[in-house]
Formats: sequence, structure tokens, C-alpha cells
Amino acid sequence: MPTSLELAGRLREAFGDLLPAPVEFRGEVTLTLQDADRIAEVCAFAKQELGFDMLLDLSGMDETPNDPRWAVVYELYGMAHSAHLRLKVRVSEEKSEVPTVSGVWRTADWHEREAYDMLGIRFAGHPDLRRILMWDGYPYFPLRKDFPLAGKPTELPETAFTRTAPLEGGPFVTVAGGKDSIVREPRARTPEA
Amino acid sequence: MSAPATTPTTTEFGYNTKVEGEVIHTTVDAALNWFRKNSLWPMPMGLACCGIELMAVGASRFDISRFGSEVMRFSPRQSDVMIVAGTVTYKMALAVRRIYEQMAEPKWVIAMGACASTGGMYRSYAVLQGVDNILPVDVYVAGCPPRPEALLDALIRLQGIVAREPITRTLKKDAAPAKYGSLGMELGDRGEVIHS
Repeated sequence: MPTSLELAGRLREAFGDLLPAPVEFRGEVTLTLQDADRIAEVCAFAKQELGFDMLLDLSGMDETPNDPRWAVVYELYGMAHSAHLRLKVRVSEEKSEVPTVSGVWRTADWHEREAYDMLGIRFAGHPDLRRILMWDGYPYFPLRKDFPLAGKPTELPETAFTRTAPLEGGPFVTVAGGKDSIVREPRARTPEA
Repeated sequence: MSAPATTPTTTEFGYNTKVEGEVIHTTVDAALNWFRKNSLWPMPMGLACCGIELMAVGASRFDISRFGSEVMRFSPRQSDVMIVAGTVTYKMALAVRRIYEQMAEPKWVIAMGACASTGGMYRSYAVLQGVDNILPVDVYVAGCPPRPEALLDALIRLQGIVAREPITRTLKKDAAPAKYGSLGMELGDRGEVIHS
């Protein structure tokens, strides 16, 4: 059965310069696609020709202060060959748009809605790009790095409201491996820089 | 005269139909409260893992029916006490409020667990920091999640609260929207607690 690296090699043969050499870390293979606009095409090839019939996960990332700001990560898996492959694309904040892969794997529908809801990355061609976790009309994208941990107050009469959470000097941090529960329990601590 | 050969060694306590002729003297308040407190039908507002513990409370091992509250009503119109069991997100908050409003008076609220009481570990943009921001809570239960015994204790405490309510003094009052929660907190138009 083909390994992840071999499959990554076949993907590179098909798309040439768009895919630089794969990065392997602890047995996980990551390919970074240089042109985000062609991700749907690459994914369709990976599914149809390379047997990656399952999209395990799709997530957005805010890589502030890097430029481009956004990254979208696709975790691919093939039932037949049990190989994993990670695809990554980067998008600038000005563009904030990636083609949808919901036409390739239908499960991408809700994953892309979540990425849109939390970060505001739009997926071009998505059949139903609405918020999925927060309610329609919520004005912010709460997983962005510049969104405060405590949240922001909002008001949508008769539908929902939010307030700022009291952080009381937090964020609260747990110290793993502390001697007793008093040391271990989450407390407001200054982050170790 | 000599002392009686035998002296009574037992004393009868409590209600005896032979002595009292099948009549009980009490106050209306006490009688109504007694009816109410022993059949508090819960509205199981299970929102997270506390809901699983709530199910355990209802099952045979902990058996909430020993306290007259086994009739979990999934219709708010038939229930007396809302047990808010779990994390109340802002998306869910007004739905919880709406369900509470659909419950008929008299009604009570138990906030079960850390999340329902204070937001718990979720100091977050998405989580209401305690259901007492939108509902008048009568009993708070600590724990994450609380042991079933803790919820039973909360129920017994709520029965204590119900037993002391001056019903006849409040019956004649207009059923105006509550201005004050059961702990004397001032409530706004939406029923939220106003922190002064």
C-alpha cells in the first residue's frame, strides 16, 4: 500500500511547482499549496486519483502576525490505504477567500461554515455559507487573535446577547504536575514569556 | 392506695385518628405548601454533562422520586422547578429564558453545577456567566458536575424554601411581571438581574 510520502509525491507530479517538497514531522506529511485558488482542484485529484476518500478535518488558522494572515488546513485520509495527508493553503487578510471543497467532500460544508464563523474566512462557491456556532447577526469573528479572550458585548434584541466575561486578572492557567490540587488548579498567572 | 401495677412505657406521637377524629388542624399556608413541596415536578434543562448526572438522580440508585420529584416534565407548562443542568451559552440563554417564562406560577429554579451558577471554567465570549443573569435562582449547587446527592440536597433545601412561602399573603396580588427574584434581587424587563 502506498505511504503518505509516496502519495504526496504523486500529487506533486500532477501539480508540479504548486507543491513544494513535503514536510514530514513525526510521521505526519504536510504539503503547502502555493496557490490557494486551486485547492479544490488539488483536493478533487487527491480524492479521485489517490484514494483520499475522507476529509477528517478542515480548519482555519489565524497566523497573526505572519503575512499572509490566514491558513486553511485540510486533513485527508484514505480508507483503502489508511494513509493521512495534510494540505495547507495560506490566504491574505485582504482576500480572505478560498474555493470551497464541499463539492469534493460533502462533509466540508459544515467545517467551512465553522471556519467562516470563527475567523471570517469566506469559501467561494459554498452552497450555504452561514454562521454555524454563533447566531446570525453576531458581529464579530471570535477566534481571531485580535478578539479579546473575555469577548465583547453585543445585543441582538429577542435573539441573543453577549457580555464581557469577568477575567478577574486571568486568563486562568493550570500548572500541570503540581504537587497538590492547590498548585494545580487554574489560577490567574502571568504567562511565562 | 398502692401504685398502679403497670405504668405506660410507650407514648404515641403524631396523628391518631382515634383521638383526633379524622380532623387535622393546620393553616392554609402550611397545607398548600405541604402539597407543593412534595410534588415539585422538574423541568430538566439539561444543557451539558450535568444533564447526565441529572439523569442519574432520576434513575433507581439515587431515585429522586423519594422526594416527590420524579415526574420530569419536558413541557414547561406542566413543571414547577427548572433544573438548569449545564453550561448556558449565550446562544441558548434566551431560549432558556423563554422556556422559564412558559412555566406556570409558582415556579422555582435550581442552578446545578459550576457552569449554571457562575459560568464555571468558561470565562468566554460564548458562555453566559451564570444563569442568574437571566433567571431568579433559588438554589445553587456547587460541583463540576455535582454528585447526585448534592442535587438531592438542593431539592430538599428548595422544599424548605417552598414550605416557608406565605402563599395566602401573595395570592391576592396581581400577577404582574416579577420585579424581584426569589433572593430579593432586582429584575429588569427581560428578567435579568440588575446589579446595583
